Amino acid sequence: MRVMAQVAMVMNLDKCIGCHTCSVTCKQTWTNRDGVEYVWFNNVETKPGVGYPKRYEDQERWHGGWQLDRRGRLKLRAGGRVKRLLNLFSNPDLPDLDDYYEPATYDYDTLVNAPAGPHTPVIRPKSAITGRDMAITWGANWEDDLGGAPEHAPADPNLAAMAEKVRMEFDQTFMFHLPRICEHCLNPACVAACPSGAMYKREEDGIVLVDQDRCRGWRMCVSSCPYKKVYVNHRTGKAEKCTFCFPRIEAGQPTVCAETCVGRLRYIGLILYDADAVLEAACVPDPRDLLEAQRRVFLDPSDPEVVQAARAAGISEDWITAAQRSPVYRLAMRYRVALPLHPEYRTLPMVWYIPPLSPVLDAVTGAGADADDPDNVFHAVTDLRIPLEYLAGLFSAGDTEIVAGVLMKLSAMRAYMRARTVDGTVAEDLLEAVGMRAAEMEEMYRLLAIAKYDERYVVPAAHREDAAALSAQAGGCSLDGDGGPGMSDFHPAGVTGRRGDGRLGLKLFVRDGGTA
Amino acid sequence: MNVALWVVVPYIALTIFVVGHVWRWRVDQFGWTTRTTQVLESRLLRLGSPLFHLGAFAAIGGHVLGLLVPKSLTAAVGVDEHLYHLVSVSAGTVAGLMVVAGLGLLLARRLTSPRVRRTTTRADKVLFAVLAVTIALGLSATVGENLLGGGYDYRATIAVWFRGVLTFHPDPGLMAGVPPLFRLHALSAWVLTAIWPFTRLVHVWSAPLAYLWRPYVVYRRRTPIHRSRHV
Ligand code: SF4
Ligand code: SF4
Repeated sequence: MRVMAQVAMVMNLDKCIGCHTCSVTCKQTWTNRDGVEYVWFNNVETKPGVGYPKRYEDQERWHGGWQLDRRGRLKLRAGGRVKRLLNLFSNPDLPDLDDYYEPATYDYDTLVNAPAGPHTPVIRPKSAITGRDMAITWGANWEDDLGGAPEHAPADPNLAAMAEKVRMEFDQTFMFHLPRICEHCLNPACVAACPSGAMYKREEDGIVLVDQDRCRGWRMCVSSCPYKKVYVNHRTGKAEKCTFCFPRIEAGQPTVCAETCVGRLRYIGLILYDADAVLEAACVPDPRDLLEAQRRVFLDPSDPEVVQAARAAGISEDWITAAQRSPVYRLAMRYRVALPLHPEYRTLPMVWYIPPLSPVLDAVTGAGADADDPDNVFHAVTDLRIPLEYLAGLFSAGDTEIVAGVLMKLSAMRAYMRARTVDGTVAEDLLEAVGMRAAEMEEMYRLLAIAKYDERYVVPAAHREDAAALSAQAGGCSLDGDGGPGMSDFHPAGVTGRRGDGRLGLKLFVRDGGTA
Repeated sequence: MNVALWVVVPYIALTIFVVGHVWRWRVDQFGWTTRTTQVLESRLLRLGSPLFHLGAFAAIGGHVLGLLVPKSLTAAVGVDEHLYHLVSVSAGTVAGLMVVAGLGLLLARRLTSPRVRRTTTRADKVLFAVLAVTIALGLSATVGENLLGGGYDYRATIAVWFRGVLTFHPDPGLMAGVPPLFRLHALSAWVLTAIWPFTRLVHVWSAPLAYLWRPYVVYRRRTPIHRSRHV
């Protein structure tokens, strides 16, 4: 068992109103620069819909994520190492700017500078890339609130996979919003695909980053991420991605998207996991087993054995305590209402979702029944194929039973709390139906509905003393341990120095010519 | 004059090449990239880029063979003058045409796609001009002198001079009777050498061969903040 800690997120989709505050604050913080005009580290898309970039979930086309080869070994879907190097000159799986959208701005100056005349001056859209006049025909959430859905939504890859036809007439369909950031996967395909080794997963908190000094612009990460959450900055020619706001996380604060979320639906907390078990979990043959396999990788932070192993792995006491209080662990592991997005991509994503009950409630109301009656809802959850199958396609590799179980819990929680507060009764039958204890149910209610700030975000600050210790020992090689492969005087300090990423390099090529 | 062109110019170019690379690596790793524009335009790139790169590999391989390997060595392994000529001219012509076609497509893309055009820097423009001239001269030398003309044995003169430059025993006299196309090609190649470290060509040294054996997922410890940029 090799214990590692990961900062993870859960989003409660029922509460998302699609206001895009998260996207906008994220953009203002991270991507309000030239070269990343079209980039949204956080985007919110309407489902059903084709998403951003268009049809990114169609892995037959983009070859993102992992798959098992004939002998059951895990391989990048885009092909083996040699094949990827051969594709360096032209990556056949890379989306075009038009698959995202052409960003536009307006010539606002005309409003002020237009000569006096009989007409009010108007502004025209200009391409933010070329500066030319353009017609705006697509955007990061063009299909907002199902706008244009009859025309575009049938192209949603999740619908294509469903047996039944989904009607897109506005009054007969269902919809919800799906906010997405980088998943900071346990088995990140982007990192595995990076030819220059510039992308890495941080050991301390699992955040996946791009080293801007080492990225050479091979753009393999962009196509290999099945969630399309790495982007090319077309000005610098380098890859950029969601950073999980690491400077804020290090300071013990939630990410910008979470902090500003109007629906207060995001949860951030630690997950302790067994790094040695990751590969095995990603390799289970049936994609429907991936959810349970990933749950098995997570360690119970209250288990004394795990605590001891975490201490041995150098995880500090405040981090262990934070892991024990983690809302993410509670939602994913104790109440089991949070599910990963597209587990079938085999990257073991670490941003999980509580599937929305609203499509089911909409359907119940649409059928003329009372959506407040748990019996009606339970019925709908088991009978209604369409929203259920769709949600299962997103969150459980098509296993409708898993999604149905979660939705039952959510609707049981509503009915249970209604009985508690309105009638003053304890609905034992509901508890039994979903297999939860009364205390548990009320805790879950508190976390999901009251959602206090300090319960939603349990983020321990990073340890500066680690950094200090690191720079102090940086004069030596990390491989110089007893019997380590670096046990030699092979690199005399006069000629070599420590590079920015901690590797050793010729001093001639190291800035400051020095260490640390 | 001979000394200036065939001794001074090469050494100035080589000095800039070496010092320039060290400088660039030390101060500008952030700018050390292929500067990919595939997201902006992929239709012409899909054909042009592989053509150009594979052609360039072949051409570089040919130059290594022609310039660095002495005639006596190829003769010793049983390659006579006729065979060498046959192989080098045919392969050289094919490689040259690939490079020209590839570069042509890439240049057309720079000019016709407004998106790509906007990202083109001054360094890019200089680089494309020098590359185009060097390649055009090289190909016309191969085609003009060796395919259509009587053939010129550059291995007796240019190659010996070039190895002399590399081993610090340059003999400019060897270049005296060389046909003008070859001389111009050599000179433009030195210009290319000199601007190399300041252009996107530096990505050549970052060919990611280590990818073939490194583990898939890279873990790194959080390093002291002031070192590298993470975005
Ligand atoms: S979601 Fe994030 S960590 Fe996962 S593959 Fe994509 S970019 Fe990498
Ligand atoms: S800020 Fe919150 S509620 Fe608004 S779109 Fe983002 S996730 Fe949804």
